[in-house]
Amino acid sequence: MPTSFIPTAADLLRLSPDIVLTAGGALMMVIEPLTGAARKARMAAIAVLLIAAAMALSVMAYSDPGTSFSGMLVVDGFSTFFRILVYGCGLLTVLMSVDYFKRERGSESGEYYALIVFSLVGQSLMASANELVLLFIGLEISSIAGYIMAGYLRDDKRNNESALKYFLLGSFATAFMLYGVAWIYGLTGSTNLDTVRRAILGGAMEQSGQMLMIATALMFVGFAFKISAAPFHVWAPDVYQGAPAPVAAFLSAGAKAAAFAMLVRVAASAFFPLSAKWEMLLWATALATMIVGNFAALRQSNIKRMLAYSSVAHAGYILVAVTAHSEVGIAAVMFYLASYVLMTIGVFAVVTLVASKGERFVEIDDFSGLVQRQPMLAIALTIFLFSLIGIPLTGGFFAKFYVFKAALDSNLTWLTILGLLNSAAAAFYYLRVLVVMYMKPAAEGAGPVDPAGIGIKAAIVASAVGTLYLGVYPSAVLDFAGKAAQLVK
Amino acid sequence: MGDNLLSLILCTPLIGVLVLLFIPGTMKNAIRWWANISAVAGFLVSLPLIMNFDKSLDGYQFVERINWIPALGVQYLIGVDGISVLMVMLTTFMGMLAIFSSWDSINDKVKEYYAMFLLQQVGMIGVFISLDFMLFYVFWELVLVPMYFIIGVWGGPRKLYAAIKFFLYTLAGGVLMLLGIITLYLQHIAQTGVATFEITQLMNTQMPMWMEQLVFWSFFLGFAIKVPMFPFHTWLPDAHTEAPTAGSVILAAVLLKMGTYGFIRFSLPLLPNASADRTIVNVLVVLSLIGIIYGALVSLMQQDWKKLVAYSSVSHLGFCTLGIFALNEQGIAGSVIQQINHGISTGMLFLIVGVIYERRHTREIKEYGGLAHVMPNYAVVFAFAMLSSAGLPLLNGFIGEFTILQAAFQANMAWGAFAVTGVIFGAAYLLWLYQRTMLGEVTNEKNKGLKDLNWKEWVVFVPLMAWAIAIGVYPKPYFDILEKPVAAIVERVNGPKAPVNAAVIELKKTEAR
Repeated sequence: MPTSFIPTAADLLRLSPDIVLTAGGALMMVIEPLTGAARKARMAAIAVLLIAAAMALSVMAYSDPGTSFSGMLVVDGFSTFFRILVYGCGLLTVLMSVDYFKRERGSESGEYYALIVFSLVGQSLMASANELVLLFIGLEISSIAGYIMAGYLRDDKRNNESALKYFLLGSFATAFMLYGVAWIYGLTGSTNLDTVRRAILGGAMEQSGQMLMIATALMFVGFAFKISAAPFHVWAPDVYQGAPAPVAAFLSAGAKAAAFAMLVRVAASAFFPLSAKWEMLLWATALATMIVGNFAALRQSNIKRMLAYSSVAHAGYILVAVTAHSEVGIAAVMFYLASYVLMTIGVFAVVTLVASKGERFVEIDDFSGLVQRQPMLAIALTIFLFSLIGIPLTGGFFAKFYVFKAALDSNLTWLTILGLLNSAAAAFYYLRVLVVMYMKPAAEGAGPVDPAGIGIKAAIVASAVGTLYLGVYPSAVLDFAGKAAQLVK
Repeated sequence: MGDNLLSLILCTPLIGVLVLLFIPGTMKNAIRWWANISAVAGFLVSLPLIMNFDKSLDGYQFVERINWIPALGVQYLIGVDGISVLMVMLTTFMGMLAIFSSWDSINDKVKEYYAMFLLQQVGMIGVFISLDFMLFYVFWELVLVPMYFIIGVWGGPRKLYAAIKFFLYTLAGGVLMLLGIITLYLQHIAQTGVATFEITQLMNTQMPMWMEQLVFWSFFLGFAIKVPMFPFHTWLPDAHTEAPTAGSVILAAVLLKMGTYGFIRFSLPLLPNASADRTIVNVLVVLSLIGIIYGALVSLMQQDWKKLVAYSSVSHLGFCTLGIFALNEQGIAGSVIQQINHGISTGMLFLIVGVIYERRHTREIKEYGGLAHVMPNYAVVFAFAMLSSAGLPLLNGFIGEFTILQAAFQANMAWGAFAVTGVIFGAAYLLWLYQRTMLGEVTNEKNKGLKDLNWKEWVVFVPLMAWAIAIGVYPKPYFDILEKPVAAIVERVNGPKAPVNAAVIELKKTEAR
């Protein structure tokens, strides 16, 4: 129990990235109306600086790992990894959004960048919370910013549909989760993950096993919604298709990474004693998610929708590693998400460019002859697609390898076989894009793609370099993930 | 050089690609020149390999080892034994000729074409020299990508279908193979605590029989699809038929050999008990025999010249897998030699189709007839390739088929008896093809003015013919270089044996001489 309510220096350092982002985001909201229309692009620069500062601070905080604020927040390898990951994702999203709103509405939007920053605060808290209520707060901060971002082009019908759907279903799912948290509090007398774990080990399971299972199931509904696991994935295609492309990237990469961080931490700490009981549920969810995602993606003609289903399928692969409930599994989740974030951001960035004003060109056939129209863009997209398929020398390969290795290590043989077959079948829909890109002539009237701005170029290059780096030299990230995974307990 | 010879061989085509990227796409001739220079250089740097290879040594030579991913125990570990040396030479040699043969036939996206071809070389060489299973797998999967583009971009009318089918089929095989690899790897960790993909270390892994069989079937799916063995062969006719000529040549000559090589390098030594299991051997031999006979029969029925050659590959590769699973020294040595022979003969046959396709843009057999009158030199070369493929004594095909048949008879009379029919059918479809296209009167007006072989085509055919004769007349060096590694594999599968086999192989060598 706390002896003093005055936070110590260590407490503050561990929270400092969130403090900087919150204060900076609030400041951005204040100065946004005061900035002339011509200068709004500067807001993106401010956001970049803020995120870079947050990254630096989270690295500094990691030099002295531990909990803070009476065990509410934990800074360890795992949380630092995910902090950096979501910040990186936010950074890339900011870069790819520059010029996007100018193209779509004729003017830059300052508060959009503030929303990204706020959302990052939420995601960062999700990654580092050691306490269910803080976790919930982080989730809500992240989600609410996400709801607004999804409907950011408010005159666009699809944006509105996307935002409304995301908001209604999202709130419903978080309510489930909150309900589960309340049950947990009732059963164990705490919302702190370590205390809950001790309570479960100390007999809560015997006294009220049924109720505990209901509580975890309720929470799982909330998690499953956020990671878009089947059957709670139905929102994802509509939301990603309707939302502005950079926002779709942000939601399917960063928000999903943070949601997985939260799921893994809760599953591996508080509810680890129950993992045997969870296994069947996770097993079935992982399989259903892979199958639903891949087979629905096969039938799509809209690339954003296809990518949405593909992101559902990837959630399935990651769930395979979660099902393994081992340290190797956790490390696999971490590595997978790192490469997944890079390739997803990259692929959406290319889609953003090709889509052109009003996002007119988002059918797969609109990519025909891209290699003639924009060779560099086509090559970048090729790297991302091969990574999504899981071809060696891209991050996606080692990610899949690591996941399935972890699963086999935990004797999940059938899940591994079905997962591998799924990943082979998935190649088909990614190949369709490659086929139209390389092997079909450009359609009539498909002009040259608009010249790319510096921001989105940087985002694409960074994602491509990152994807290849993880494929050629995965050691650094693998080692870090391996070490960080041991700290979760 | 010296210590890094293998890396040099591996990197030469890669350096070629990197330089190629800086040549503007409009300078087509410069690109062609550079690609050919790279390919010739690729072949030249591989020559010291065979010259300095010491066939009297056991184990691997020219070994290079660098830690790649310590966390997983993946190493950049390369080295060669007699089998891989031959495969590397086949790759660099056929790659050089295939690239040269594309000089006039590829005029569209020239730069990308040659870049893909050179990358393909890197992947294939990598497959044959990897001594780390993970490294092998990386190269194995990488080979898919260039071939997918070669078929899909520069292929024939149904190229999209063929390219996707090729990719998905082989990818599915690959991921299932990965399952076996990981199982073996985890089993090794469980027993020794050492995380490694090094083949020689994985050999020490003890597995219960059921698990070994499971891993065997998982490898089998990966390799059998690549070979391809019946009933996984359906991608092959499509891919071969739609690929551009040089693509078909490389596909037949080298790419398919990755599958048979996989059996020899991985399935047999790593899973000796499963490989010697009666059920498994019977299944594989029966599939091989079906492949031999079915491939030949289907070839007889083809109306499309190129498709005929493609199906003949199924038949010939059936011999290769039959040889492997005869599980004796002649069988495996014969299989490796037959793999090279198939590369030479079928490579030539595809080039021959390519020559006529360049001139007439059709592959329908009934469009031709009496070409020998119009293109006498062409007819001679075709006759040569046909006879080499059909296994005429003193040409290369004979040596491989004869050795394999001998091995099959030695293992089981019935196997040999069935396989022999494949030889007969093989002669039948080839001779009939020759008759329909080359002999008789010129029936089609369009064929009257066809030009005979030009110098560029001669340049491709002459080395292949020379090699075919060399193997046919004097195969001893090939048997010599294969002796040690093959004996090691057979000993691993069958346990140490009385020197009966050695005597037989000695006898065989005298016969072949």
